[in-house]
Amino acid sequence: MSNRIDARFRRLAEERRAGLVTFVTAGDPNPAESRRILADLPRAGADVIELGMPFSDPMADGPAIQKSSLRALKAGQTLAGTLAMVAEFRSGDDATPIVLMGYYNPIFSYGVDRFLEDATGAGVDGLIVVDLPPEADSELCVPARACGIDFIRLATPTTDDRRLPSVLRNASGFLYYVSITGITGTRVGESDVVAGALARIRAHTTLPIAVGFGIRSPEQASRIAETADAVVVGSALVSAVEQTPENAAAAVSELVEELKAGVLSARGADRGGRA
Amino acid sequence: MDQSNTFRSGPDEDGHFGTYGGRFVAETLMPLILDLEAHYAAASRDETFWSEFNDLLKHYVGRPSPLTFAPRITERFGGAKIYFKRDELNHTGAHKINNCIGQILLARRMKKTRIIAETGAGQHGVATATVCARFGMPCTVYMGETDIERQQPNVFRMRLLGAEVRPVSSGTRTLKDAMNEALRDWVANVEDTFYIIGTVAGPHPYPALVRDFQAVIGNEVREQIVEAEGRLPDTLVACIGGGSNAMGLFHPFLDDPDVRLIGVEAGGEGVETGRHAASLTAGRPGVLHGNRTYLLQNDDGQINDAHSISAGLDYPGIGPEHAWLHDVGRVEYVSVTDTEALAAFQLCTELEGILPALEPSHALAHVAKLAPDLPADHLLVMNLCGRGDKDVFSVAEALGVEL
Repeated sequence: MSNRIDARFRRLAEERRAGLVTFVTAGDPNPAESRRILADLPRAGADVIELGMPFSDPMADGPAIQKSSLRALKAGQTLAGTLAMVAEFRSGDDATPIVLMGYYNPIFSYGVDRFLEDATGAGVDGLIVVDLPPEADSELCVPARACGIDFIRLATPTTDDRRLPSVLRNASGFLYYVSITGITGTRVGESDVVAGALARIRAHTTLPIAVGFGIRSPEQASRIAETADAVVVGSALVSAVEQTPENAAAAVSELVEELKAGVLSARGADRGGRA
Repeated sequence: MDQSNTFRSGPDEDGHFGTYGGRFVAETLMPLILDLEAHYAAASRDETFWSEFNDLLKHYVGRPSPLTFAPRITERFGGAKIYFKRDELNHTGAHKINNCIGQILLARRMKKTRIIAETGAGQHGVATATVCARFGMPCTVYMGETDIERQQPNVFRMRLLGAEVRPVSSGTRTLKDAMNEALRDWVANVEDTFYIIGTVAGPHPYPALVRDFQAVIGNEVREQIVEAEGRLPDTLVACIGGGSNAMGLFHPFLDDPDVRLIGVEAGGEGVETGRHAASLTAGRPGVLHGNRTYLLQNDDGQINDAHSISAGLDYPGIGPEHAWLHDVGRVEYVSVTDTEALAAFQLCTELEGILPALEPSHALAHVAKLAPDLPADHLLVMNLCGRGDKDVFSVAEALGVEL
């Protein structure tokens, strides 16, 4: 199968710009509005879409994404519903990569084999499962890669040089660098510290690196886009959903456009060819 | 795991008890978990660590706790000879302090300067705040708002001990949410913070190390019952939320096939009502809070609310070693309801002059069902793992008494 994630990062490298990765929670604030949000993201400027699989106990997330997950669950979202959303999106967009992000229990409960079969069928390109570290690769990472689904690894400030090789061993697609030690949506790492961390990680891998956790404004996105291959924004988008639930798709689109402008303002032809 | 000769060899090097346990945590925490594992492995081989631990248990906690024959309860039930392991007489009033002493010594070895903990009933929070006061370390305790309401005396106690009690308003505002919030704190404060988990759950090595610190309960019972009766007991009974008092009692007896082991879960308003905390009785395997174990969850893998009159048992999971012992059949797991526990609470108070916590009242409620059919020479030991002073307001409310 064609790999949409690789193709997208190749194109970003050719265009010598960073990408914008947008996170929204599937089913937030309700299934219908959530489908509209998802459908509008590529046009608004999302290069890669992270779609949150809501979980009742999101241990690594801050208040914005916690509330977003609960809104989605309250509105009846299920993992099957999330996969159906992806399939519907795919029927109209065969280029924008979709990475499902969440926690292991709903997948484990659904059944790993059945989940991978249905995710492949729906057109899912990658997975980020927060509570599956490399030590648990046999659970989902290895079977997912055998199905052609990328397993996106998180690296953090605590992932030192000794540990990086094990984090990267089965990584594919791109690497997600968590810019702080902390939960989502709280604060963002200093851009020079992040730049230093990216340089350290790039000595270990040629995978593109997306940076996230706490990036809320176009200015922050711009600063991170100076050095990162992609910038991830999540909490700010789900906060927009919270504030304007009846018109969430428009609010999210508007914010994505602003963030994209920030990302695009970051650099000219200073660094390319990192595909 | 080689289980041909022993039930006591777990976990394996990846923290598994059979298929349960493991290390399901965010990458940020993984290096810390591995560091903790290395430090614990070194400490557990170090005699000075254990001598300091034992010295504190003796002179600060007041161990060994007595093994007390319960004559009037025995007479009332009219069957088995019933003994109570009196862990409610420990300093701070429950078994929780055993584990806190062990973990704070580990935290000091690791040069950590700040302690966090989660608490349900408040017993683990009080025990943690206590050892933090004793060793002069700042302490933050996460506690669900629902639990804060029903455990006011313990909240005040923690604050008197110098701890900061942070109310948790997310989710169902009980123990599981407090644990989520403690994990969020830990992930944001990895450099200086040690997380003292209160039960035999969480990512490896917590289930093993908490068990090892609590095993003092069962080890003492072995000596005390032999001294009193000249032989090992026939049946051990303990209540189970996460399962630390039960694991501490059971583990030293796992390889004694003639000793029957029974864990009692909180049946709440009745398992059939859906309002309960009986993870083994009515849950199925899943992954939460760093380990794979039995969880109360819906068809979509979302965690269900637990319910129990006892805040200490109000948790939708259970320690992974219990999950394994359940599957292999070495330990029997049953449940009793809020109402049954309440009746046992009153019975124990009236007949033995001991005010038990609502948690071990669950164990006693099962003993009440079991003991009458057993012969008079059947030795039954129940872990009276906490005292009930903290529960008098809840009990008064349940009985319709205004204080």
